[in-house]
Order: sequence, then C-alpha cells, then structure tokens
Amino acid sequence: MSPARTVAIALRQFYLLRGSPARVLPLFAWVTIDILLWGFITRYLSTVTTPGSSFVPALLGAVLLWDFLVRVMHGVTTAFLEDVWSRNFLNIFATPLSLPEYIGGLVLTGAATSAFGLLAMLILATAVFGLHFFAYGLLLIPFLLLLFLFGIALGIVGSGIVLRLGPAAEWFIWPLPALLSPFACVFYPLSTLPRWMQYVSRAIPPSYVFEAMRGIAIGRPAGDAATFGMLLAGSALALLYIVLAGWFFSRVYRHAVRTGLIPRYSAESVS
Amino acid sequence: MTPAPLVLAVTDLRKQYGDTVAVGGVSFSVGPNEIVGLLGPNGAGKTTTINMILGVLAPDAGSVFIDGIDLAAHRSRALERTNFAAVYSPLPGNLTVTQNLHFFGRIYGVKRLATRVEQLLEQFDLQRFRDTKCGVLSSGEQTRVSLAKAVINLPQLLLLDEPTASLDPATARDIRSSIRDFTARGSGGVLWTSHNMYEVEEVCDRVLFLSRGRILLEGDPRRLPAQHGKASLEELFIAVAREPLALETAG
Repeated sequence: MSPARTVAIALRQFYLLRGSPARVLPLFAWVTIDILLWGFITRYLSTVTTPGSSFVPALLGAVLLWDFLVRVMHGVTTAFLEDVWSRNFLNIFATPLSLPEYIGGLVLTGAATSAFGLLAMLILATAVFGLHFFAYGLLLIPFLLLLFLFGIALGIVGSGIVLRLGPAAEWFIWPLPALLSPFACVFYPLSTLPRWMQYVSRAIPPSYVFEAMRGIAIGRPAGDAATFGMLLAGSALALLYIVLAGWFFSRVYRHAVRTGLIPRYSAESVS
Repeated sequence: MTPAPLVLAVTDLRKQYGDTVAVGGVSFSVGPNEIVGLLGPNGAGKTTTINMILGVLAPDAGSVFIDGIDLAAHRSRALERTNFAAVYSPLPGNLTVTQNLHFFGRIYGVKRLATRVEQLLEQFDLQRFRDTKCGVLSSGEQTRVSLAKAVINLPQLLLLDEPTASLDPATARDIRSSIRDFTARGSGGVLWTSHNMYEVEEVCDRVLFLSRGRILLEGDPRRLPAQHGKASLEELFIAVAREPLALETAG
C-alpha cells in the first residue's frame, strides 16, 4: 500500500476546496446553523424548567457530536462523489491505485474536512452558549473516535450504494444519518424507545456514546464501569461496521469490474 | 543477450455479456518500440479489450501480461507500467491542467514530479493553460492534457483509444509525432485504436483487425490491403466491417 497515493486522493480534495467557495461553505454552514438553533432551544428550555437544570451539555453537546458524525460521513461520500460528478472512474480505477489506498484517501479527506466542522462547532458552542465541552474529560476522545469510525463506515457504505446503483442514488445516501438518528438516542435515553427500537439502537455505536454522555451530564462519574462498558461495546461495534463497510464496498467494486460498470459509469449509462 | 520482454502479451482473452460475446478469445502482443493499431468497426470489441488490459473490466478467461507482469496477480505493479488516453474519458474538468497532472503524477508515483509536469506542459504546448480548469478547454486542448497525463509516468505500455479524434489535422500530426518520439526514445510500446486509416498507415508498425470480438487479420498496414486485394487500408476496413466472414475464410 502506497501512502503517497492515499495522500493524492486527499490532495485532490484540497485542490477542489481551494478553488471553490461552494465546497468550503457547507463544511461550516450547516453545523453553524444547527448549533445556533439548538443553542437557543437549550437556552430557552433552561429558563422554563427547574432552576439549576442545564440542557446545554446534554442537548447541545449531543447535537455537536451527532453533527460531527454526519460531517465525517459526508466528508467521505463527497470525496467519492467528486469522482462521480467529474466522471472520473475510468481515469482513477485504471491506475495503480488499489482499493484500500482509494478508501484510505476518502477516509483521510473525511477526517480533514470534519475536523474543520468540529472546530467551528466547538468555537461557536463554547463562545456563544457556554458549552464546557471538555467537562467530559478524556472520555471526549473515545466519544469522538467512536463516532468518527461509525461516520467512516456510513460514508463507505453510502459510496458503495452509489457505485452499485448509479449516480441517481446520491439522493438516497444523504438522508442516511437522518434515518438512523431516531435509533441513535441523540436527544433521549434509550429506555424511551419501544422495545423493538431498543434492539436496533443497541446494534449501532452512536447510541452507546449518547447514553454515556447523558450519564455524565446528569452527574454520573466519568470513569465508572457502566460508561466504560458502553464505550467498549460501542467501539467493538464501530470496528465491526468498518470491516463490514470495507467488505461491502469491495464486493460492489468487484461486481463493477466484473460487469463493466466502471467504464460505463463514465458514459453515464449506469442507471 | 536476453530479449526485452513484450510490453503487452494478451492470451485467449474472452468477455461475454449474457449470450453476447464481446471479445471471443483474442491473443496478441505489443513489443518494445512498437506501435500496434487495434482496428475494427464500432462494437468489434476494441474498447472492451482495452478495458480488460486496463484492469477495469474482469475477463471471463485469458491473461494479460504488462511488461512481463501478470495483471490479474499484480494489478498495481502492472498498471504502474501503463497509462492511457481515451477520447471518451477526459480528465476532471473541475481541476486545472497542472492540478490534474500533479494528481495523476502522484497516483502513478512519478519521481521529480514538478520537473516532469513542466516538461509535459512544454511538450504539449500547455503552458498558457497551466492554471485553467480542464472543463473550459476546447476538446483539442483537453486531448492534449489527456495525452500529457498518459505519458507522465513514461509508461512501458501506452493505450490510446482514438487519441486524435477531436484534433485539427495540424495538431493531430504533432500528436502523432510525439507518440512516435515516445516509442523511439524509450522501450515503450503503444496500442492504438483509430478510425482514421491514413493515420494508422502513417503511425502503426502493425495492425490487428478485430470484428465481432475476434482478430480477423494482422499485419503491416502498408502491405495488408494488397495482400487481400484491396486498394487501401480504408477499403480493407470497410470489407472487414461488412463482410467479416468472407475475410475470415480467406485469412
């Protein structure tokens, strides 16, 4: 595996971002709007509920983490979609670039672009709404890492769906995070859900992060066994999803090479 | 002295879609410093063959060796030694000429990339377009960028699918000259498809006529027409397209 080729994929995205405000703006715009919206909602809720209760860490912190996951996913899929939009599949897949190098490049791009979004959210949530994000202590690292891994897995699956079903499937993958959000327990405890939904929630890593985060927000010690157990389960699931996503994309790619989808993709005759 | 390996050796390559045989067990080779023309009517299987050599289409049977390396077993190593330009696959229009060359140069692992890019900008007369997005270039200028990308890694095997299709005669002549220089200087070989028979006669050392996924004729483009009772390569091409069975029997 050549790191230089992986870096080249990320460099291509840098070239595109550098010359295109239309690509730069979405890195910050939607997360900024989300933080503003939820910041004001939490501020209002804090004034109408029991004095002393704060929704800022529970709600605004949750929004920030969820948006981070979405940005990671979008970072991966957008880098992939650049090849769809520019009809570049034949040029790129007829090179020495291997599939792990290509996916590695998408992941690197997703990591870099989501870091910008995270920074913007942190600055806004801290400066305007007084979110003490570092109150979660060192647990912040596994929280972010776990969501990052699941965002990568979602991004790879979304890219695989577009490769398999054609460019029009792009509109199917953007709402994927929204479809998962009721099960992710971003804003409410898992116990709120009906039993069948709880089973689904337990199968996806974000629910463990948000359960652990809520526990800390209501005063549970950060390093207790329950939190540790949740993060361990979430991490194992996130790694499993990464492996499954890689396997899925690899299968779709092999199917595309077998059926001649890649050269025809550049001719827009897939779907 | 050991002879240099063939830059391309294709053996019994076959691809079938349902009941349709796109490529029916073709075998051919390209030697060092050789330009081989792959000719045939639309739908003959030329692009399918090229796609299999480029590793973007899996053959049902057969093998492809590039510079002695088995494409199926060592895809990256084999493709490091090749490159291509095709009229139907322009470079991304949202990157500038220089960005495209730098991007693909990195993917192909080109050493001293900045110097190589400058050489190519000069060789293909692209200096004034260096910061222009490829999407706004004329089709002829885009073809020159594609060709610059196609030789960026000094490939042993260069695949050109109708490289001069959208060029004016003067530019097309310059490009043909560049490709001939490419094979004369190093040890690389070229597999070239074109529907311009005058060009093929001028450039190619050897041609393969493909029809319905099979190679019907092979030989020197300057002698082949007479050998089959035709006045020109174009006449021979038309005969292959219209009466492949007659030629197959004669061959």
